[in-house]
Amino acid sequence: MGKTFKKPEALTDEHTHYCPGCTHGVIHRLVAEVIDELGIRGRTVGISPVGCAVLAYNYFSFDFQEAAHGRAPAMATGIKRVRPDLIVFTYQGDGDLASIGMGEIIHAANRGEKFTTIFVNNAVYGMTGGQMAPTTMPGQRTTTCPLGRNVEEVGMPIKMAELLSSLETRGYITRQTVIKPKYIIKAKEAIKKAFTYQLEGRCFSLVELVSTCPTNWGLTPVEAVKWAEETLLPYYKLGEYKTPE
Amino acid sequence: MGKILMKGNEAIGEAAIRAGCLNYFAYPITPQSEVSEYLSRRLPEIRGVFLQAESEVAVSYMIFGAAGCGERIFTTSSSPGISLMSEGLSYIASAQLPAVFVNIMRGGPGLGGILPSQGDYFQATKGGGHGDYRLFVMAPSSVQEAVEMVMKAFPLAEKYRNPVMILGDGLIGQMMEPIEFPENLRSEPTNKDQWATNGMATRNSDKPNIVKSLFLDPDELNDHNLLLKAKYERMKREDTKYEPYNLDADYKVLIVSYGTMSRVCRTAIDNMKAEGFEVGMIRPQTLFPFPEKAISDAASKQSCEVVACIEMSMGQMVEDVQRCVLGKRPVKWYGKCGGDVPTPEEVIYVVKSFLDKNKA
Amino acid sequence: MTYEFNIDVDRCKGCGLCVTVCPKKVLEISDKVNKKGYYPVYQARPDDCIFCKACCLMCPDVAITITETVKDTVKQE
Repeated sequence: MGKTFKKPEALTDEHTHYCPGCTHGVIHRLVAEVIDELGIRGRTVGISPVGCAVLAYNYFSFDFQEAAHGRAPAMATGIKRVRPDLIVFTYQGDGDLASIGMGEIIHAANRGEKFTTIFVNNAVYGMTGGQMAPTTMPGQRTTTCPLGRNVEEVGMPIKMAELLSSLETRGYITRQTVIKPKYIIKAKEAIKKAFTYQLEGRCFSLVELVSTCPTNWGLTPVEAVKWAEETLLPYYKLGEYKTPE
Repeated sequence: MGKILMKGNEAIGEAAIRAGCLNYFAYPITPQSEVSEYLSRRLPEIRGVFLQAESEVAVSYMIFGAAGCGERIFTTSSSPGISLMSEGLSYIASAQLPAVFVNIMRGGPGLGGILPSQGDYFQATKGGGHGDYRLFVMAPSSVQEAVEMVMKAFPLAEKYRNPVMILGDGLIGQMMEPIEFPENLRSEPTNKDQWATNGMATRNSDKPNIVKSLFLDPDELNDHNLLLKAKYERMKREDTKYEPYNLDADYKVLIVSYGTMSRVCRTAIDNMKAEGFEVGMIRPQTLFPFPEKAISDAASKQSCEVVACIEMSMGQMVEDVQRCVLGKRPVKWYGKCGGDVPTPEEVIYVVKSFLDKNKA
Repeated sequence: MTYEFNIDVDRCKGCGLCVTVCPKKVLEISDKVNKKGYYPVYQARPDDCIFCKACCLMCPDVAITITETVKDTVKQE
């Protein structure tokens, strides 16, 4: 507390494999801090996705399952239904959650499954090498839309927080970002809220986090932050889209 | 407890409960939806977990999640649904999770039909999903046997930390037969603390358990596959099951048949015996592990002239039979798809014609 | 109470995000590579640090920590 800062217990000492400036590391730390603060490490099960974060279990110091592409919400449902006392979260990227796993996330959210989803949206497929994602911005160049995303052909990027908050079922849906310290503080508050709702057995909770991918955007980490702020944030507006109140 | 009359699908659901599994996720599909309907009533009564998922794909991963945290879990489906679950089966097998899958087979490919079939033999025994994995596959030939196999499936799945599949067909699911739930097949889940993500506090440990199937290092992946292979070899040694029928006689023809089809063959064999024409049969009860030695030995008997594989498919198990007989005797095949189960008369006719052709 | 600012040089990947968020311009990228081959960050003007933790919050690699030194010395004795 105060002016000190240390690595949370819920993280291991392992150095991550993420590229320099990749915000996965920030998000891992925030999740770990929240788990420490809520004192739930001994009963938490994380689910890693297919994507850059597939090896997330190397960095967290509690139980983990590794999902098939997009299926983490179904796995979380399975765990939570048979062991409601466990605290379960899925950690998913945009390709994982908004493309191949669209069906699983919508139905889990609509059933009001009592787990938490950390949704990392950086508008590109990272691990496979920078292909177009469902959240890639119009005109944004990727390795599978080298001339930029053509919305006439592939439609507009999907706004998951808005889409999920349109469901009638009770839930906590918020979009935050981790590109600057002021946002990071708010993002952590949101993550803590999401886990708290789960602890209270209230509802499904999802925190979308607008993130960067300097490597696949072809930018330096500092430029990537600037691009995210100028291009992603006006489209992916931050805020609480749905609260269980 | 005495015998009760029950429909196969409902009996399968009840058998899982009696075995000690109170968790079930599924998606509706004919001809097995009665399992879900039955369990949607029954499981809440006993504080079990019933959930109708959004797809069979989701089902297979709900199973992954639940099995991964060490809880007993099962599902039922039919052929097209199992195709969708095949992705999950590959992951579950690789992550070494115990779970029970029931396939009440219908005709295929594609939508096929809703009548009984044995067209998923390859899918069940040779893969379905990607990679070098095997399911432990059992094939019941009656509702009573389906009940017993479901009850045995849980301890077997836990013994091998591998998915077990009960390969039934539409008839097993739809037929009503008198059954009994054997008390001695009730079992307790084995200790999962070594591997399950059941929460570190649950097992008083400070060491996280990771359930995964990714091995990026080539040596590590090869070792993982060797470990799985060793497990499949152990299944062959320890848990291969088959039923011999009329093998003491000096049979001229050896039938290999399983499931519903084998019941028809049994009637045919009895009728032929009454005429003084001896036919023997091996009925594999486990399709993987396959009763290789039993078939090889039975085919090698002096009196045996022909081996006949009779199945409700266009010739799937026959490839395994050929593999076991190794050219020692001619291996013939007869089968039918579409849902019409061959009659005993039909079986008698083809068995005799196999023998005649062989002589000619 | 005094605080100690510590950079784990070998955790640092030299992304430079901390450099941009430091309100006092304390941090700079070093010209010597670390074990992983990255140019890590270092405190060019340590006396200007106000322990605001902006760099700690921003660092994706938990390479920066701040500890209370008073407590530490007590422990050591």
